[in-house]
Amino acid sequence: MADQNNIAVDIRNVTKMYGAFSALEKVNLDIRDNEFFTLLGPSGCGKTTLLRTIAGFEDITQGEIVLYGQNIANLLPNERPVNTVFQQYALFPHMNVTQNVMFGLLRLGQDKTSAKFRVAEVLELVQLTKFADRMPNQLSGGQQQRVALARALAPSPKVLLLDEPLSALDLKLRQAVRLELQQIQHQTGITFVFVTHDQEEALTMSDRIAVIKGGQVQQVGSAQEVYEAPKNKFVADFIGETNLLDVRVTDLHDGKGSCILPGGVQITCPAADGAHPGPGHLSVRPERIAITSPNEGLVQGKVKRHIYLGTDMHVEVTLMDSETVTVRMQNSSQIQIPEAGQTIGLEFEADAARLLVD
Amino acid sequence: MAADLQPKASSSTSTYAGLGIPLILPAWAIIGFFLVLPVMMMLIYSFLTKEFRGGVIWEFSLAAYDQFFFDRGLFGDELPKIEWTYITIFWRSIWQAAAATLLCLVIGFPTAWFIATRTARNRSIWLFLVTIPYWVNLLIRTISMKFLIRDNGPMNELLMASGLISEPIHIINTNLAVQLGLFYSYLPFMVLPIYAAVERYNFALSEAAADLYASRTITLTQIILPTIKPGIIAGCILVFVPSLGAFLAPDLLGGAKNFMIGSLIEEQFKGAAGNWPFGAAASMILLSLVLLVLTLYARQQTREQG
Amino acid sequence: MASKKVDLRRFPGFLPLTYLCLFLLYAPLVIVMIYSFNDSASITRWDSLSLRWYHDVFFGVEAPKFRAATINSITIALMAATSATIVAIMAATAMLRSGRFRGKSASFALINLPLMVPEIVTAVATLIFFSAIGFTAGYLTIVLAHIVFCIPFAYLPIAARMQGIEDVYEQAAQDLYATRFQAFRLVLLPLMTPGILSGFLLAFIISLDDFIITNFVKGAGIETLPTAIYGAVRQGIKPNIMAISTLLLVVSVVFVALSYFVGRMGEKNNDETSTKGDLI
Repeated sequence: MADQNNIAVDIRNVTKMYGAFSALEKVNLDIRDNEFFTLLGPSGCGKTTLLRTIAGFEDITQGEIVLYGQNIANLLPNERPVNTVFQQYALFPHMNVTQNVMFGLLRLGQDKTSAKFRVAEVLELVQLTKFADRMPNQLSGGQQQRVALARALAPSPKVLLLDEPLSALDLKLRQAVRLELQQIQHQTGITFVFVTHDQEEALTMSDRIAVIKGGQVQQVGSAQEVYEAPKNKFVADFIGETNLLDVRVTDLHDGKGSCILPGGVQITCPAADGAHPGPGHLSVRPERIAITSPNEGLVQGKVKRHIYLGTDMHVEVTLMDSETVTVRMQNSSQIQIPEAGQTIGLEFEADAARLLVD
Repeated sequence: MAADLQPKASSSTSTYAGLGIPLILPAWAIIGFFLVLPVMMMLIYSFLTKEFRGGVIWEFSLAAYDQFFFDRGLFGDELPKIEWTYITIFWRSIWQAAAATLLCLVIGFPTAWFIATRTARNRSIWLFLVTIPYWVNLLIRTISMKFLIRDNGPMNELLMASGLISEPIHIINTNLAVQLGLFYSYLPFMVLPIYAAVERYNFALSEAAADLYASRTITLTQIILPTIKPGIIAGCILVFVPSLGAFLAPDLLGGAKNFMIGSLIEEQFKGAAGNWPFGAAASMILLSLVLLVLTLYARQQTREQG
Repeated sequence: MASKKVDLRRFPGFLPLTYLCLFLLYAPLVIVMIYSFNDSASITRWDSLSLRWYHDVFFGVEAPKFRAATINSITIALMAATSATIVAIMAATAMLRSGRFRGKSASFALINLPLMVPEIVTAVATLIFFSAIGFTAGYLTIVLAHIVFCIPFAYLPIAARMQGIEDVYEQAAQDLYATRFQAFRLVLLPLMTPGILSGFLLAFIISLDDFIITNFVKGAGIETLPTAIYGAVRQGIKPNIMAISTLLLVVSVVFVALSYFVGRMGEKNNDETSTKGDLI
């Protein structure tokens, strides 16, 4: 129970129905204090809806949302000590940067002098001091994004909610802002709940990630955990790229499983919870596979084609049972890339592979 | 991404959820009390007995509708015949409104088309030009039209002075004068919906038609007109309906021979006739006619969408 | 002609018809404007240029009558437009920002009802209603009747504007601890300003314009500008009427131009919102 004190947001059994359609289905999540927590999933998976239920823009059909020990599920948005960075920023177009940032402070009853002081502080944090008098439409997209961040940070919320705040920025800027966001999170010590559909964004920034699909949480864990030990086929497939080989599982014990690969070789490798004997999937990341001679490999196949990716090269290999496996190789002059049509062997370490359930 | 918003858009918690009824209440109260209730009262009045010099006697009577449709002779003791006087006035009104609608269409369609095919910048200037006269007081516009087309008005004087005609063209107090007046009253109602439809029209369709060997006429009749038909129909309704009950144009430009519904009704209340139940009955018949047109339009609209 | 580039947007005859349209729209107004400067007491014969009839409008025999009518018209239009605008703002907030409620779809029809009922019918019904409940016809009856038909005209631009403003701004305000009323007053209302101004001006002009309903519900002693002008032209058009018409015409055009530019200004200041419903 001592652990309870470290929970910032406790989402308990939250269900959200739109008529007969359930956008969120019995979601349970513990978001820890001072954590960069990411809700990751494809479009329409319910991640934004979940964020909006925390902010108070959506009613929940069932469940509790507990913020530092207080159930906030029935409070209006202005009664919740959380702030939001909106996807399109939603900067008030008729107010300048200072007025935007000061808005929340004044609503909380701060007097203008101390509010002004706080505004200056926050604007310095996001490096926008020079733009304090600008109107939102006189700012670039990146600057608007930072005003939105400053505005949400100014009242020192207990939890900051960020709804795909980087999606409107171009690629270069997005990468710079990622680091900046992480830095601000460390500096302020505020719990960040970040929504994105971009797995790279999630992996690089988050302390922990919740992968969501169809209104249900698929897996919660650190970037490394969800990437290297995905709980199911969806997580493995959605985060990064992976090869899913059809195998037959023969034996399971102590989190390991034995399976027979296409071609008949048997290996023993880590298995996800719920794996069971019979037909199954073996997930192997493309970068963990190496090409060898046909008789040395765990499986054999024919090179189908190459895809040039700049730093890397993808080699697509057709296995004997006509499955296609992708192998990722670094582009360098030393490495010899086999010709299309050539028969080759593929090998990987057993620990790099993982038995999954659907 | 944006698709994430999809299910939410319809049922997100609205900012002022729960306040809908108190917020709409003033509109309900005012329109309900000062329009819906009065129309119901008018319906009741149309079934009451007339009081001479205006007003009613609270006694049920079908006399107003009887007078509208049947002729029972001077003393009311003959066998009823169909009374054509009022039916003729209604028929003339319908006919005049239709003619005015046609006039608006013939002139308004090319105008709307012309405006919609300008550059975005010029479009708003042209649109402004066409709508400005609409904002000038209707009475003043109608008086201006009367002044212009009088037998010895500036138009005729100019034409005679230039030698084009030797006799003044007689327009005032004719059907054409009323139609011109109605045209002047309601033209923007024709131009704006057609303009909106043409502006949305994708000219790549015309190019595709031309590419497939369609002539200009075929493109117009088979591609463009079907696409912008909803705008044309909306424009026709918007001109036809107010024209039907118009008062000023027929009153000032039409003269005694070109009496329309509006004048007939006005005379029962403000004029010498002073027959309130009959005026109420005529108003009810006009209202039914208008609602019939609007219902047909609404039904056609839903059928086309469904 | 053979060398002319094929333009699928152009149809022969459309341009002349457009010019004919503009001619029909402007010729009567321009002629009246010109003749309002005619020195002659006859409206048919052109004499010489003078401001005689403008002097007559302000200082002539009929001047007090027209002055009183003008004051009535303006005060009635101000009251009717203000009331209609407030009702329309509330109604638009109900229709566009309050989710579902009982009678919502009927409300839309009700707000637009004054546009669908022919003016003469509204006039008759209102006259009968006031007489039936024993309300003395006069200034107040005119104001009440005007509020009714001004509501849809105020509603259209206001609702169009509100529709163009995403509700994310109010959500952001609420997220920043504003109550719903503060979110309305501090965020939604300022963003709505161009739409509200357009709606108000539209309602104002529509009220000034009305003749038939006013004519039915006004009391014996009270005149608005249109009813006074109508009374004067019954015996034929006199030159002073042309001077009044010209003045009124100029005022209308100035008002419309103002409303138009206010709408445009709003568009420029705020690219997030659309103003398609402004003005027309």
